[in-house]
Amino acid sequence: MLIDHPLLGLRDSSEFIYMGDAKLLNRPNWRSQNIKSKFVEYGYLRKNPAGIHKELWYHEQGDRSWLVVTRNTVTHEILKVELARNLKRKVNAK
Amino acid sequence: MKYSGFKVLWEGLGGNKGWKPLWRKPDPKKGYDIIIVGGGGHGLATAYYLSNKFDITNIAVVEKGWLGSGNIGRNTTIIRSNYLLPQNQPFYEFSLKLWENLEQELNYNSMVSQRGVLNIFHSDSQRDAFVRRGNAMLMSGADASLLGIDALKKLAPFLDFQNSRFPIKGGLWQPRGGTVRHDAVAWGYAKEADSRGVDIIENCEVTNFLVKNGRCYGVETTKGIIKSKKVGVCVAGSSSAVMGKVGINLPIESHVLQAFVSEGLKPLIPGVITFGAGHFYVSQSNKGGLVFGGDIDGYNSYAQRGNLPVIEDVCEGGVALMPMIGRARLLRTWGGIMDMSMDGSPIIDKTEIKNLYFNGGWCYGGFKATPASGFCYAHLLATGKPHKDAKDFLFNRFEKGRLIDEKGQGNQPNLH
Repeated sequence: MLIDHPLLGLRDSSEFIYMGDAKLLNRPNWRSQNIKSKFVEYGYLRKNPAGIHKELWYHEQGDRSWLVVTRNTVTHEILKVELARNLKRKVNAK
Repeated sequence: MKYSGFKVLWEGLGGNKGWKPLWRKPDPKKGYDIIIVGGGGHGLATAYYLSNKFDITNIAVVEKGWLGSGNIGRNTTIIRSNYLLPQNQPFYEFSLKLWENLEQELNYNSMVSQRGVLNIFHSDSQRDAFVRRGNAMLMSGADASLLGIDALKKLAPFLDFQNSRFPIKGGLWQPRGGTVRHDAVAWGYAKEADSRGVDIIENCEVTNFLVKNGRCYGVETTKGIIKSKKVGVCVAGSSSAVMGKVGINLPIESHVLQAFVSEGLKPLIPGVITFGAGHFYVSQSNKGGLVFGGDIDGYNSYAQRGNLPVIEDVCEGGVALMPMIGRARLLRTWGGIMDMSMDGSPIIDKTEIKNLYFNGGWCYGGFKATPASGFCYAHLLATGKPHKDAKDFLFNRFEKGRLIDEKGQGNQPNLH
């Protein structure tokens, strides 16, 4: 698989480390209600869809940026690649 | 149908006209006591043990494709019980004991071949870890012995004993481990379950579950609605997709694991051999091909095919361990979809929906577990209580912090 890095262009996926579902960006606030079940869900439960999946890839053998890759898990087709920091900034700004 | 030497002779004389199909092709009835979703190895084993050991025979096994079309036919056929943790090891030893008696029990030749499993170690600290593992195996009643260099040279003289990067220091040897003809396992279980009246319904995909007031009372399928007192899901590889229909998120990611077969060679690999410094394991099939595998590709996938970097990595591991295979040509590779769980161990448990049960999360160790998985799942479905050897394979271990993590990798499925 080739990942179209927003800054570096097409890079081989073996340069990256895979970290799973991009929901990991949204860590629960430790002061919120039912925090135990929220952390169980955050830490252990996954939607794991057969189809479109947003996921975290870390460019360890490159510029060490975190990417959010939108990929089809049935065909391995990569639909969109974004810098995780940009996404997170957008979320935080809201 | 009973198989015997006499029967083979008799049929041979009579032009082989008396062989019959091993299972019927029934249409679904309106209702059953238990429906098993998934007609693979684990589902058929469950149906077999339910009908033969727990005397529940009003059962249907519904299968999306054809019987045994999933991972039971896509694995590297290894059986062993060389685990470390006390929650795992007795379960796998129970499984190995069932394997040893399987052919007699099913009256079906599944070619259980206990030719031994050898795990090689390459450093002093790895030796310590393997000694500990060997002791854990012995304590569960399994067999294990530690082989030094001399014994290893006798057993597998072709290993690269001169390798200075990963020097071979010895191996952990389980003589009772080995390989099995994988498809025949599904066929044997299907034959015996069918003979007790279990309906095996192929090409019948479950599209939804019938749930009312938090109770499951059947399934919707492509062949219509089938009601049932209990429903047992057993679809490792597609667990998340199936359980997602009732809104249950699982502690599982689906990953692709590739396997490889070389061209046919003369007999040269004595048993199953694993490389301790990389991820590579190999055995030789009865046709002579080297059957080998390694790591999962490492990203979520339902594609049943992998990518080249892992093929290179596995082959590098193989050549580092036994350079003699360097010129053997690779014949085929294929991929299977694994339920990679968050701690690398399986789940056999009830779900939050009453009468709906779940069996999955086998990572890439599901094949060897087939008999025990079937037996323990049958026990749970029949009695409502977990079997003693599978009592820790529960959903709530994640929230309770009782993870069964052989490798100690934490909640990152692609590292298990």
